[in-house]
Amino acid sequence: MNQRSDENILDIRDLKMYFPVTRGLLRRKVADVKAVDGVSFKLKKDETLGLVGESGCGKTTIGRCVLGLYKPTEGRIFFEGEDIATFTEKRLRQVRSNMALIFQDPYSSLDPRQSAGSIVGEPLKIHQMSGSKREYNDRVEKLFRVVGLDPSMTNRFPHEFSGGQRQRIGVARALACDPDLIVCDEPISALDVSIQAQIINLLEELQDRVQGLSYLFIAHDLSVVRHISDRVAVMYLGHIVEICKARILYENPLHPYTRALLSAVPIADPFVEESRERIILKGEVPSPLNPPSGCPFHPRCFMAVEECSQTLPELRDIGEGHEVACIRV
Amino acid sequence: MAELLKVNNLKTQFRTESGVVKAVDGLSYYIDEQEIVGLVGESGCGKSVSQLSVMQLINAPGEIVGGEVIFEGKNLLEYEANGPQMRTVRGAKIAMIFQEPMTSLNPVLTIGQQLVEMLILHMKMSDDAARKRAIELMSMVGIPAAANRIDDYPHHFSGGMRQRVMIAMGLSCNPKILIADEPTTALDVTTQAQLLELMKDMVQRFHASLVIVTHNLGVVARYAQRIYIMYAGRIVESGTTKDIFGNPRHPYTIGLLQCIPRLDEEEGRKLVPIEGLPPNLISMPSTCAFLPRCSYKVEKCAREPWPELSQVEGNHYIRCYVNTKEKAGEPKK
Repeated sequence: MNQRSDENILDIRDLKMYFPVTRGLLRRKVADVKAVDGVSFKLKKDETLGLVGESGCGKTTIGRCVLGLYKPTEGRIFFEGEDIATFTEKRLRQVRSNMALIFQDPYSSLDPRQSAGSIVGEPLKIHQMSGSKREYNDRVEKLFRVVGLDPSMTNRFPHEFSGGQRQRIGVARALACDPDLIVCDEPISALDVSIQAQIINLLEELQDRVQGLSYLFIAHDLSVVRHISDRVAVMYLGHIVEICKARILYENPLHPYTRALLSAVPIADPFVEESRERIILKGEVPSPLNPPSGCPFHPRCFMAVEECSQTLPELRDIGEGHEVACIRV
Repeated sequence: MAELLKVNNLKTQFRTESGVVKAVDGLSYYIDEQEIVGLVGESGCGKSVSQLSVMQLINAPGEIVGGEVIFEGKNLLEYEANGPQMRTVRGAKIAMIFQEPMTSLNPVLTIGQQLVEMLILHMKMSDDAARKRAIELMSMVGIPAAANRIDDYPHHFSGGMRQRVMIAMGLSCNPKILIADEPTTALDVTTQAQLLELMKDMVQRFHASLVIVTHNLGVVARYAQRIYIMYAGRIVESGTTKDIFGNPRHPYTIGLLQCIPRLDEEEGRKLVPIEGLPPNLISMPSTCAFLPRCSYKVEKCAREPWPELSQVEGNHYIRCYVNTKEKAGEPKK
């Protein structure tokens, strides 16, 4: 978005995250759930990358791997030039002061017995950035103001806040240590329509104000993702099927799954709706325990040919950084 | 088309420790035969409670305290909630699909038992005929190998499939009205599209009317013919879908349309959030409930009580004193 945009804050290469399925008394491993199966992408400074897909496609798992909450089965995660996938827990903790997470549910992600001020200030204490009592209080009050909350409310408890205000507390907590990367995992899907816009605008304003702040924005709502993202990656069953600039993705989606996904989202305008293409997919997302051979999308694809069931298509660049994983495109 | 259901001045309250919650406070609307109507509002605006009131499914501490629900010439609220007359209507002539397909099916009964139960009860079918009809209904809503799956339990089904079962149940007794309360909120986007298409096809096939209760303006823009916008227990704007989206007049409707991101929006569009919060339904002011959040307010709004619905044109009504069209372009804080 601005001058430092050529620097990558995050560079993920061939990330795989398998969860073992165990059975019996000896916890014998019988299978793997391939939640993320070979995903690569880069996130630049100041950029927002939207990660969309339906439940179970692995988008949250990627977010958690990035934060070091899961140890990836394979692959590399370069955060500000260092491969954090190999880091020990101790070193990870140091890196984590530079990254933060905003959770989906503002009701369960705040400790009900902790005051709002202490929730927001806790990361400062954990990372020994709190300084003197006075500095700490100033910092917490400043964070409250930044997210549009009245600093006099620091002593209140989460239940005294509305959903939107709670999510503001979550945002303030994420901002506490001045992170360079914030992973937003469905940050607005639990909020009411009229409140969602407040949080979206807040996230956008923060990015304008804070130099070098990047978002990895995970959501299933394509309209929201389009609005906030610079680039969008569409996921299906642990794979990225299409990644490109947000505008291009929505104007010229190429992968059949992206096309179906976009056409499934109704636009709040009956005049536009009258003339829209509607692709209704057959069936449901297969289980990641037993993914189909070849292209994971081929059993539901309306463009599939024989070959699709045999080879897994690679992401390839078709110009302007628009990458698609489909042999029919 | 003839009018099928008419709700007049419906009031439903909940007595709680902190006071009386007026969840639905003077709601009036109608549904024509074979019509798809959208009822839109945010959580807590009373949209679900209003539908449960029509079905007389309000439990203590809730109570329907006033109004009438005219269906086929009879006022349903005069029937006893659990009486035989209400039972011939509920689930049979007016059926409902609930939001959570995960919890609205009984986990200890098979899908077949739950479907057959309705057919035997309402349609007076024999066991064999009911089972046959249940299989038919299941394949109609797109459940593959219905004859094999009828003896499965709900946990064998995915969320989308369970909602299909709910649709089959809703349609099993050839209802006149199918009420879908946030039918697709818990589901994925592509599944949501599948189910909404299915519901639309099914109500056409059964010549029924469909009420879609939702907070998603996109869904009603795509499927509904008429829309009611609800706020704080009342209708604030009603009209055809094209009226509402092409010429929104109530400040709340205008606000809603400005604050949602759109899939086809231009780059750099700024969302205009509706500031503030929905009102507390316990201590409702007598003035317009949207007043504190309204950017079009005039002096009169704070003086006079909440206005009645007034006609804009044709079938388009709003509950507002301000001519927002004239004031458009100069909303003030």
